[in-house]
Amino acid sequence: MPSPFIVRGLTALALAWAASGCQASPTAVESPAAAPDTTAAPSDATAAAPRLTSTELNLYAWSEYIPQDLLDAFAAEHGIRVNYDAFSSNEELLAKMQAGAAGYDVILPSDYMVTVMAKQGMLEPLDTSLLANFGNLDPQFVDRPYDPGNAYSVPYQWGTVGIAVDTAAVSTPVTAWADLWDPAFAQGLVMVDDEREVIGLTLMTLGHDRNSTDPAELEAAKARLAALKPNIRLFDSDSPKTALLAGEVKAGVVWNGEAALAHRENPAIAYVLPAEGCGIWFDNLAMPKDPPHKDAALAFIDFVLRPDMSMLITRDFPYSNPNAAGLAALAEAEPELYAAYMAYPATNPPAADLAKCQAIVDIGDALPLWDKLWTDVKSGE
Amino acid sequence: MTDARHAPGRGLRLYALLAYAYLYGPIAILVVYSFNQSKFGVAWTGFTLEWYAALWDDRFVREAARNTLIVAAASTALSTVIGTAAAVGLQRYRFPARRLTEASLYVPVVIPEVVMGIAMLAFFAQAFAWLNDALGFGWRLGLATITIAHVAFSVPFVTLTVRARLAGFDRRLEEAAMDLGADEWRTFTRVTLPLILPGVVAGALLAFTLSLDDYIITLFTAGPGSTTLPLRVYAMLRQAVTPKVNALSTLWVAVVFAALLLAQWVGRPPRAVAA
Amino acid sequence: MLQTIRERDDLKGLLLVGPIAFWLGLFLLVPLALMVVVSFADRGTYGDVVYRFSLDNYRALAAPEYARILGRSVEVAFWTTAMCMAAGYPLAYFIALSPPRRRWLLLFLVLVPFWTNFLIRIYAWMIILRSKGVLAAFLGAVGLLPGPAEAWFARIQLYTPGAVLVGMVYEFLPFMVLPLYASLEKLDLSLLDAAADLGARPWRAFARVTLPLSLPGIVAGSVLVFVPAMGMFVVPDLMGGAQTVLIGNLVNNQFLKARDWPLGAAASMVMLVLTLGVTLLYTRVFGSGEELVA
Repeated sequence: MPSPFIVRGLTALALAWAASGCQASPTAVESPAAAPDTTAAPSDATAAAPRLTSTELNLYAWSEYIPQDLLDAFAAEHGIRVNYDAFSSNEELLAKMQAGAAGYDVILPSDYMVTVMAKQGMLEPLDTSLLANFGNLDPQFVDRPYDPGNAYSVPYQWGTVGIAVDTAAVSTPVTAWADLWDPAFAQGLVMVDDEREVIGLTLMTLGHDRNSTDPAELEAAKARLAALKPNIRLFDSDSPKTALLAGEVKAGVVWNGEAALAHRENPAIAYVLPAEGCGIWFDNLAMPKDPPHKDAALAFIDFVLRPDMSMLITRDFPYSNPNAAGLAALAEAEPELYAAYMAYPATNPPAADLAKCQAIVDIGDALPLWDKLWTDVKSGE
Repeated sequence: MTDARHAPGRGLRLYALLAYAYLYGPIAILVVYSFNQSKFGVAWTGFTLEWYAALWDDRFVREAARNTLIVAAASTALSTVIGTAAAVGLQRYRFPARRLTEASLYVPVVIPEVVMGIAMLAFFAQAFAWLNDALGFGWRLGLATITIAHVAFSVPFVTLTVRARLAGFDRRLEEAAMDLGADEWRTFTRVTLPLILPGVVAGALLAFTLSLDDYIITLFTAGPGSTTLPLRVYAMLRQAVTPKVNALSTLWVAVVFAALLLAQWVGRPPRAVAA
Repeated sequence: MLQTIRERDDLKGLLLVGPIAFWLGLFLLVPLALMVVVSFADRGTYGDVVYRFSLDNYRALAAPEYARILGRSVEVAFWTTAMCMAAGYPLAYFIALSPPRRRWLLLFLVLVPFWTNFLIRIYAWMIILRSKGVLAAFLGAVGLLPGPAEAWFARIQLYTPGAVLVGMVYEFLPFMVLPLYASLEKLDLSLLDAAADLGARPWRAFARVTLPLSLPGIVAGSVLVFVPAMGMFVVPDLMGGAQTVLIGNLVNNQFLKARDWPLGAAASMVMLVLTLGVTLLYTRVFGSGEELVA
């Protein structure tokens, strides 16, 4: 018969462990921040650091995306406890907000999601004149079509979508999306499991707009994509680099960060910005409608834009930084890291490629059409 | 079932060994890779304890672990009690709407998680907005709503498992107890419960396991500051920090094994009640 | 032999079943009623729900592609259940035959692997089944690869339907083993002795005595495996390379990619009605086992 002692022992141990975590957490907040070792001049905002009435900030963002040092510094400076809850896709964020979740102060949607959420009245208007550090952003990355005038959001990081190639396994040069159709890649490709990216690049190889809503163009893309299927070994959005690193595939359509991480592990993996034009994306700081701690939210957004904080983002994560002053601070504080950042096309694409890139735009009523196409191609024989 | 004549034969023992090897094969890999220097879990590149140190420093993971255990313990306790009562009721008695209750029991097993999660979130958001307005409550999403949702999807597992145990249960044992003067409650706790306990514990273990690992429904019913481990871990994996999660799983398995060993060593086995 | 006739007792029945009925009614059926309403609504331009009612969503689901998706999901769930049964029954039987004080340890050991994280377990399987993974290295070391194990390995290596089945059976095995154990453990061994004394061969005794007695466990276990397996899509996505669309993907995509809640709600209602119907029919045919026992 059951041994309650097993259960008791288990519970006691588990609770003891959990309790230790519980006690440790407040000290983690109060402990002085690991001071960022930068020499960048403090901005006006630091000097003015206004007293906030809020004591809490609820952050809802991608996980492992905001440096711990930055969060600690913010907590220390403003005496605010930061709750950092994580989502893993834009669609999760949207579905949650759409169903009525409340209580978050700062969220981190990508470009097209800013449009969708703003159109649905889910975002709190953002007055950039209240952000002392807004001017630190590189002018080419503000006022983008997905959020004209930065009425709701400010860019946090950006990047591209291109082709990662294992140069040890591929002999012919890869320069364009169209090269993926080469029969030499039979069962040799990994693709992000994302209809907007994959159908989009197929449209580009046909010379169409990657955000096309024309049924005839989409029908043509369907046939073309079906022809690519024999080359695709797997779809994986979470970690396409793993299949590349494991040698399961020879090339793949990936986000720049994935390519940069894979390149670090295996230098033979190169990143190509395709001739037809690469994809480009932005992740943005924004506030959901009626945030409970709006003063803290604004203070946080401004804090992230500070050069000494912004450089921490690039120090910790392999994406591209829209903050010009932050990159300047990085050049001074960590010249080696800065040089590597500037030299690698995955983090700092050449201006010519950047000019050709095309962003995903929300296609509204045509999205179900795209999804049906995707379902058909995937479930077809 | 203590008769030595019926101890498992050699073939069965060998099979069981293979079955446990199948169950623990991936766990062994998971443990080994928690010591791997490579971030991406592809090739072995060298031994390190770095991921355990990183884990120790991560306050969000500690908070998530605590939340997960609170929810799992609370939802398991609730669904075990409610689910067992329902199993007894459904198996023993005829009453109005019995068939309907029985059918609705399968709904949480059948319904896609994402639908259940979104429906519950919409319901809670609406109900809270209304109650907070009307009565001045400050209710919001959090551990309580996660627990409510977990009970809803795990309770059928308890009920169905206990019913499998109750089927063919010999009611004469209870009648004998009653004839000997035990009241109904005493009969239940002294006779019925011990007899169905294997089913109850099996159901509770399934409920606990389900709660510990749920992602989608938790995602939608969680509020600020109530992130559980699966939520944290899924998001971490998207950003490629696998070994830290391996380290966490390894620690957790080690804790469970320590508890099991301790229990085997320290505790005298309770009297076996032959079923 | 055993008395399990149901007595009519409204009060006791309702008292015992009241809590679950309240819980599922308020927290599950009411929210799902909202979803039923949504399933008749329309998708707004930005993925919001427009309450303009029609049968369009259900009509859209009549397309032949969806029948194919449903068929494929049933196929995956069926094989998962069958293999879980084949693998789980002997294991549950072994645990039930073990000495009582060891039974609980053995049962716990079945569950402990599943107290780690789901994705991490699947990632571990991916490491094992890669074309240059742990299993391939092992088979190579013992000289079976290249060699006699080649064809076998090709069928279960990563990104094949075989790999999906390996992962599915792994994830669902406890949901078969525990109900089976719960029903096998009450097996009265004196019955087996009686059968043996009457000259029955062990296999015959198993087929005539053990198997019918464990039927409630078989029914419960197959429901608890088959039904969730119908909606599972993460294992096929990760271990099969997301090369196909299952009903779980279909529903999930409507909510989390196409932002077409009404179509997703309609698809899940169709799935709910079909699966519920089959499940109730199945449990009705096999009963909860008592009819065969009594």
